[in-house]
Amino acid sequence: MKEPVEVSRPYSAKLFLQTVIARAYPRVIGAQRERSWMFFDVFLPFLSVSAYVFVYRAIGAPETYIGFVVMGGAMIAFWMNILWGMSSQLYWEKEQGNLALYIMAPNSMMAILLGMALGGMVATTLRALVIILVGSLAFNVQFALVSFWALLGTFLLTMVALYGMGMMFSSIFLMLNREAWHLANLAQEPIFLFSGFYFPIKSLGFWIAAGASIIPLSVGMDAMRQLVFPDGPTFGFLDVRIELAILVILSIGFILGARYLLAAMERLAIREGRLTESRR
Amino acid sequence: MPDDHAIQTQALNRIYKIRGGKKNEPKELIALRDVHIEVPRGELFGLLGPNGAGKTTLIKILTTLLAPSSGRALVAGFDVTTQAYEIRPRINMVSGGESSGYGLLTVRENLWMFSQFYGIPSKEANRRIKELLRVVGLDDRMNTKSSELSTGLRQKMNIVRGFMTNPEVLFLDEPTLGLDVGAARDVRGFIQNWVKQQSGHTILLTTHHMIEADELCDRVAIINQGRILACDSPSSLKRMLQREAIFRLRVDSINSAEPNNFEKIGGVRHFTYRPGEGHATLEFILEEEDVLTEVVNQLASHNIHLQSLEKREPSLEDVFIQLVGRSMEEVEREGTS
Repeated sequence: MKEPVEVSRPYSAKLFLQTVIARAYPRVIGAQRERSWMFFDVFLPFLSVSAYVFVYRAIGAPETYIGFVVMGGAMIAFWMNILWGMSSQLYWEKEQGNLALYIMAPNSMMAILLGMALGGMVATTLRALVIILVGSLAFNVQFALVSFWALLGTFLLTMVALYGMGMMFSSIFLMLNREAWHLANLAQEPIFLFSGFYFPIKSLGFWIAAGASIIPLSVGMDAMRQLVFPDGPTFGFLDVRIELAILVILSIGFILGARYLLAAMERLAIREGRLTESRR
Repeated sequence: MPDDHAIQTQALNRIYKIRGGKKNEPKELIALRDVHIEVPRGELFGLLGPNGAGKTTLIKILTTLLAPSSGRALVAGFDVTTQAYEIRPRINMVSGGESSGYGLLTVRENLWMFSQFYGIPSKEANRRIKELLRVVGLDDRMNTKSSELSTGLRQKMNIVRGFMTNPEVLFLDEPTLGLDVGAARDVRGFIQNWVKQQSGHTILLTTHHMIEADELCDRVAIINQGRILACDSPSSLKRMLQREAIFRLRVDSINSAEPNNFEKIGGVRHFTYRPGEGHATLEFILEEEDVLTEVVNQLASHNIHLQSLEKREPSLEDVFIQLVGRSMEEVEREGTS
């Protein structure tokens, strides 16, 4: 078997940017054309949020928990996007016949992944904002913003780490073919628990919460809750600065991991003939 | 190798390891065996063979999507294994029945997206998209979501995607697959015109439609079971059969066992039987015309009424039969059974 030799691609920054924008386009523009997102991505998550709010109010939990739940409900949209819109995406692109065209084009696959991530992030942010807005108004959530810029920075850093993780997973899922479905399903519910979508991760105990910190949403959301809600710091797991440092490490690790795995996946797929849809 | 060739392969082999052997052990499937082809720049080169012959495998190797097991392949003068990133800006590919792009985007948006992956400035991309859509008769659907297009219109969009980057070498893998007669004719017409207008640009077209290969290609390679069996211009290939006589006979319906007798007649090189409504068509490739007398006698002895008899010119189908011993239809049927 002749091993494909790694040759540096003659990319230009312009082509990289063009590719990122072009691949983000279907997600930012195209995804808004499917009006069903209002029902599936906003209304259904809002029902889960409502259920937790009613339980917390019934048992007399601190009012800060209501805000935690609303934020968690909004952030779940990002996790769903990572699982179904990022991790499984390269597999679907392959089955649709797009992956071969992406690889055959003189662009960078990292640019394709970045475009997918940015597009997904923008489209999902819109859904998350609607959940926050509706949840805050419906349940009268109280905010005590420490600093808008600190919040924005923490959110963006969380997104970089989270979508870096999604980019890394997409290469792994591609090599797993149809098993990716099962893996995505398997990753859904446990992450709901360990990310503390509906409660502070501090409640999990130190070691479990520390283990859960490998998921960018766990630490990112914990930091954001500390920056936004009046009693946030009381329920925080670690100091915000430590959590930001963890997010930086995760971002670097996941993005480098994504780059390495993508190159490895491309080599393996070219060797084994796995780049084209199953029927061809 | 001289660089006046768009495509060159030397002793190219590809072996797939697939599961399904004894005790589910991996077994080897030879998709390409010792393939040598040379395609000069500016040629419309056809690869003709049944499904599973190795056409798509060869295209995948030439488009840098699959590594050869051994041998060498050059596209636009660059090695597919070591210089893939030099080849990619120079090529494009369109496959039949592909569903690339995104259904939520319009035709124009999908094409624009793919143009960006090749670094074409947006303004220029939009100009080319508009012009090519007009040429293929899809300009009135420019703002239609691609999910709303019929198979034929979708394939026209794919054709525009492939030609839009003005590639030095374009790979068309069964581009008319699944299209109705009208749409297939349009696509063939477009391909033919493009090659005429773009001097020095090369097309490698795979097909299992004889007429398509005959009508479009400057030269055709006939491939079966991963081997190139012959390679020449369609007319030269057909001249291989000049000594043979080819007859098509239409007869009353016959007993399905009877065709076996015709194979046994001395001088019958190949015989095909196609049952129809109230009749049957028999096609004979005979070593010489005189053998027809014996064929007609055999029909008479079996009380088979001859409705019509036609002598016809050899086609690429006949060339395939001559080389493989069976028709392409028979080979495909065996492959699926």
